[in-house]
Amino acid sequence: MPKLITQVGCPYCGASCDDIEVLVSDDGKKILETRNACVIGNEIFHHVSNPDRPKRPRQRQTDGTMKEISYDEAIDFTAKTLIKAKKPLIYGFGSTNCEGMSAVARVAEKAGAVLDNCASICHGPSFLAIFDNGYPSCTLGEVKNRADVVIFWGCNPMHAHPRHTSRYSIFPRGFFTNKGQMQRTVISVDPRETDTAKLADIHLMIRQGHDYDLFDAFRTVLRGYDIPAEVAGIKKEQILEAAEKMKKARFVMIFFGMGCTHTDGRNHNIDAAISLTRDLNSITKASIMAMRGHYNIAGPGQVWSWQFGFPYCIDLSKGTHAHMNPGETSSIDLAMRDEVDCFVNVGTDAGAHFPIEAVKHLKKHPFITVDPNICMASEIADLHIPVRVVGVEEPGVVYRMDNVPIQFKKVIDGPEGVPSDEELFDRIYIRMCELTETEPLWIHVKEHAKASSSQVE
Amino acid sequence: MAEFLIKNGFVIDPTQKINGDIADIAIKDDKIVEKAGPGAKIIDAKGKVVMAGGVDVHAHVAGPKVNIGRTMRPEDKLFKSPHAQENYRMEMGFSIPSTFKTGYDYARMGYAFVMEAAMPPLHSPHVHEEIHDTPIIDEGALPVFANNWFVMEYLKNGEIENSAAYCAWLLSATKGYGIKLVNPGGTAAWAWGLNCLTIHDPVPYYDITPAEIITGLIKTNEYLGLPHSVHIHQNSLGVPGNYAVTLESLKLAEGVKARNKFNRDQVMHSTHIQFHSYGGDSWGNFESKAKDVMDYVNSHKNITVDLGCVTLDETTTMTADGPFEHHLNHLNHLKWANTDVELETAAGVVPYVYDKDIKVCGIQWAIGLELALYAKDPSRTFITTDHPNAGPFTRYPRVIKWLMSKNAREETLNTFKHCSKVVDATDIQSIDSEMSLYNIAEMTRSGPAKALGLSHMYGGLGSGLDANVAVFDLNINDMPDDPQKIEDAFLRASWFIKSGQIVVKDGEITNHGNKRTVWVNAKVKENPQVTRDIHDKFLKNYTVGIDNYSVRDYLAPNPYVINVDVEA
Amino acid sequence: MATIKLKPYKTPELYLEGFNISPDVFVGKSPSEIASLEGREGKTRIELGDFFEVSGTTGATASDTNILIDGDCSRVKYIGNKMTDGSITVNGNADMYVGGWMKGGSIHVKGDVDSFCGIAMEGGDIQIDGNAQNYVGCAYRGDWRGMRGGTIHINGNAGNDIGTFMLGGTIIIEKNAFIHVSTHAEGGTVIIKGDVQGRVGGQMVKGDIYVFGNIQYMLPGFKEIGMIEHEIVGEKAMFKHFIGDLGERHPKSKGKEIFGNLYLRAS
Repeated sequence: MPKLITQVGCPYCGASCDDIEVLVSDDGKKILETRNACVIGNEIFHHVSNPDRPKRPRQRQTDGTMKEISYDEAIDFTAKTLIKAKKPLIYGFGSTNCEGMSAVARVAEKAGAVLDNCASICHGPSFLAIFDNGYPSCTLGEVKNRADVVIFWGCNPMHAHPRHTSRYSIFPRGFFTNKGQMQRTVISVDPRETDTAKLADIHLMIRQGHDYDLFDAFRTVLRGYDIPAEVAGIKKEQILEAAEKMKKARFVMIFFGMGCTHTDGRNHNIDAAISLTRDLNSITKASIMAMRGHYNIAGPGQVWSWQFGFPYCIDLSKGTHAHMNPGETSSIDLAMRDEVDCFVNVGTDAGAHFPIEAVKHLKKHPFITVDPNICMASEIADLHIPVRVVGVEEPGVVYRMDNVPIQFKKVIDGPEGVPSDEELFDRIYIRMCELTETEPLWIHVKEHAKASSSQVE
Repeated sequence: MAEFLIKNGFVIDPTQKINGDIADIAIKDDKIVEKAGPGAKIIDAKGKVVMAGGVDVHAHVAGPKVNIGRTMRPEDKLFKSPHAQENYRMEMGFSIPSTFKTGYDYARMGYAFVMEAAMPPLHSPHVHEEIHDTPIIDEGALPVFANNWFVMEYLKNGEIENSAAYCAWLLSATKGYGIKLVNPGGTAAWAWGLNCLTIHDPVPYYDITPAEIITGLIKTNEYLGLPHSVHIHQNSLGVPGNYAVTLESLKLAEGVKARNKFNRDQVMHSTHIQFHSYGGDSWGNFESKAKDVMDYVNSHKNITVDLGCVTLDETTTMTADGPFEHHLNHLNHLKWANTDVELETAAGVVPYVYDKDIKVCGIQWAIGLELALYAKDPSRTFITTDHPNAGPFTRYPRVIKWLMSKNAREETLNTFKHCSKVVDATDIQSIDSEMSLYNIAEMTRSGPAKALGLSHMYGGLGSGLDANVAVFDLNINDMPDDPQKIEDAFLRASWFIKSGQIVVKDGEITNHGNKRTVWVNAKVKENPQVTRDIHDKFLKNYTVGIDNYSVRDYLAPNPYVINVDVEA
Repeated sequence: MATIKLKPYKTPELYLEGFNISPDVFVGKSPSEIASLEGREGKTRIELGDFFEVSGTTGATASDTNILIDGDCSRVKYIGNKMTDGSITVNGNADMYVGGWMKGGSIHVKGDVDSFCGIAMEGGDIQIDGNAQNYVGCAYRGDWRGMRGGTIHINGNAGNDIGTFMLGGTIIIEKNAFIHVSTHAEGGTVIIKGDVQGRVGGQMVKGDIYVFGNIQYMLPGFKEIGMIEHEIVGEKAMFKHFIGDLGERHPKSKGKEIFGNLYLRAS
């Protein structure tokens, strides 16, 4: 009998839905069907059964071809490369669990590496704004149960977070919002008429790159001052109308996305949005949230903050202390300035996401990719190490976009002999300790036991 | 595991009424024993003070609000992370240290157990992930209950049994330790941007008052017979004149008797009482009401308190008292983080500079110390800084210095710009008393261990207790003239043995020890109504599935579970 | 004034962290002692002598000590880190953090500098003959206490984020700047002789900004209140006087609200 596993977490977007139902074959090896997931989530569950999926590490040969090697050889190569490099960069973590991030952090500290995650090219500017101005936020259940004005600024959940609007933000009937969408005013701020904008009651079609000006206009209006007849391509009357909706709301929710973080001013756009949220809290209740991209991209920000005090761009090369200053210690800047001499891509695709110039610089040095799948970063790498797929073949803690931890399940066994990120990096760590003749450092006895007892092969 | 004999130290152990006698302490495996075998490793403690491992009753060391504090304050790390021990994990941060630094620094100070003071239940896996990554020290965490929809509904209807069944379920789901109240009702009001500033302000929508929540949770706690009493952060924190609210809330415990099997006497622990002992009606005429508050505490034996001493540092305030942090942010205009948590609670974080040259900060500093100095029973008055709210926990040794030395207090007072105004608004200058090492042991060891219902494990050096022994470089018969040496000695223990392993020698970490997570499993009889209510709310109002809510066992890999069988 | 000369003879493969290149550290040391001072290249500990030939003498105090770096420092960070006195001259470019956390003394870079020049500066003078990248006179991440004193003079262009969270001191940009000038400032003066694209004075509480050229996009939170004549860096001119950022909080002094001032030269 196939088995139905319920309340499964979805390893796709930052909405981190945990209501997926997965029908698994009798032997627990194959996924037959998923329910509740969006089309992309569904695809991720089925993708693990792709017959072309790599199941052994592959190393580039002198003739340019890739050859399968053993995990032990791959671990040895990675350990030696990390020890030798003056300043390795370990980047990624869009798609792994917190246990993996923690294991990588131990390796990075030992290697004197720079540790960075995809926020660096995504919501990094949001972190900069949080450093400068704080983060008055809430969990998504507060939005569902209370929000009556919902603003989507520079984001398009209808495409990027397909179930966000139905689970949390527009449609659900919550405790104090039992009429669902009928009870909510939706405002979209976007230069394009996106599918989210089409759903909105008010669409402010902002001139691209002028978000900061529009935030400033809202703040100025809320303090009772006049503004010019048009700001950022929006007529004053429209700004006043939207401001009035916010003032009269019981609970204003601002969601923002890449439209804010990756236009001119970047962090300052978010900073101004946070200031607007603060201002609104003197009038009514208001909250703000970053539309984080991946199901656990909030994870590294959490894990590394409690381990090193910084959420990203962490330079551990100084030995005595960690140093963080995006603009200097951020992956793209390091790559463009030729400041690192080894690159490890974990659970993401820097090959596809980084500017070509940055990739060219990184390719001058050893380039290692750790990822379950074939991707651009795996195909240009000197070494590709496949791992299990978190959320499908490996359980673990993930942080949803609102920083709520969700304990993801495993639904099927991974391919035989393929380790999880955590196991792989614990083994790399042990190998580094052997090579440097130092004692491995575990906080719990159990961790050590787990690392040594889960030897694969 | 091994045997140790800590020889010839001045032993200070209030649980056995030992005050500085020269004696040996024997350890076998992870327990203190009567006698060590001939092969025991000898630790020479001659001329040094020997105490049990410290017990911290209240500190914010793990979880989402601590971590947003870390995230949003890179400047708390810059040039402020000096300590790196070779081949140990990196140590970062001053007021909100990393988990590694938290574990190491507590161990260096000879602390064995620390209670995380406020765990939002929805975020409990996060709290346990951080506890997992905090080396050496044993930890527990108190889930917050006083603004929880279930609790407010049950208590509004006077359903103590249902409230108890829900609390028991939540303790086990979150691997929590006891019942924490933060700004009862006020934080629930904050979800609409409001607050409850007195204990009679009704909570919007819920039609219940803070007083009813407090009384109901005291009853719930004693119905369950938990190791710890309710642990309350009262309404109206940090507001001039709030001592009246404080006294009124303390009175809610009058006549209630502790009912438990853990040797606990109090029914209410009132935390960071410094923030609740304010007179005046504005910051202009702000003054100390430490004496009024302590007079009440002194005469009511079923109450314990901890101090929440202001240490005059640049620090980070963080509390589940969401409306307070919003208010504070309007005073200092610095960055402000807030997280409202669905159905349960909220939290806020704001950096704060306690500047010795600001009158109010000076008065706050004095109030914290006055409270301790007025205490008739130090074993019901515990040293805390409400870390990191009034100052980081690494300042406990400084607080000890101030309590043990009038000179040290005078020296600090004399550096204040508004010294005379601080003197006028407080009694600090006229108090001559100096506390003894025995008092310090009561306030940091035996007292908090007993209040937490953990006196069978921590707080003393009697045989059978956990082998947590700290040796400090102080001679009880020849205390240093320079009070700074007291601080230095308590900041870096000469030796610290935790659970039978040497984890600190000469103030340096030597071992990652055997860290444990302590939690309480209260078993109540099946309650179908509460089970149905829980499932209903997960279906309709929560955004997380009930399956994924309870903390999984592997996150607390070395648990110590205290089972409580509830006799209804 | 004694001069100690550092002649670069090798370019670091990555970047050199020259946090010890400061009169405060050099004073009283011989060339060989200076050559053995620590620096870092990634996780490798290096000595200054691995990259510089050191010659000359240092003065009796930091104030008597001039450091002359005779060559290009495009890959050297932290020149003049936390310096309190004396002087440094660089005959070429310098990388990030020139004069970072500087308290006194003077630095003269004859070429260009990268970002974070004068970060969290408290006093002293920085003169850059070429261009500066971003974050001139800014605060460290998260700190609300940015530049507090001293002068930064950039002879060329500068990028974005000039004087963020500035509390005091003066920044002069002779040519153009990109965006974000005096964001979140609560004091200090920024003078831009050329053009700025926009976002001048956003979230500004207090402080002064002078723009001699054009501001392409004025923020809606700034309001023109009149014309005023000022003499600034030796130039007398008529300025349009704006106050703002009206969207931001402002303190009151004697019952009157204090705003940030933006002076835009009248054409």
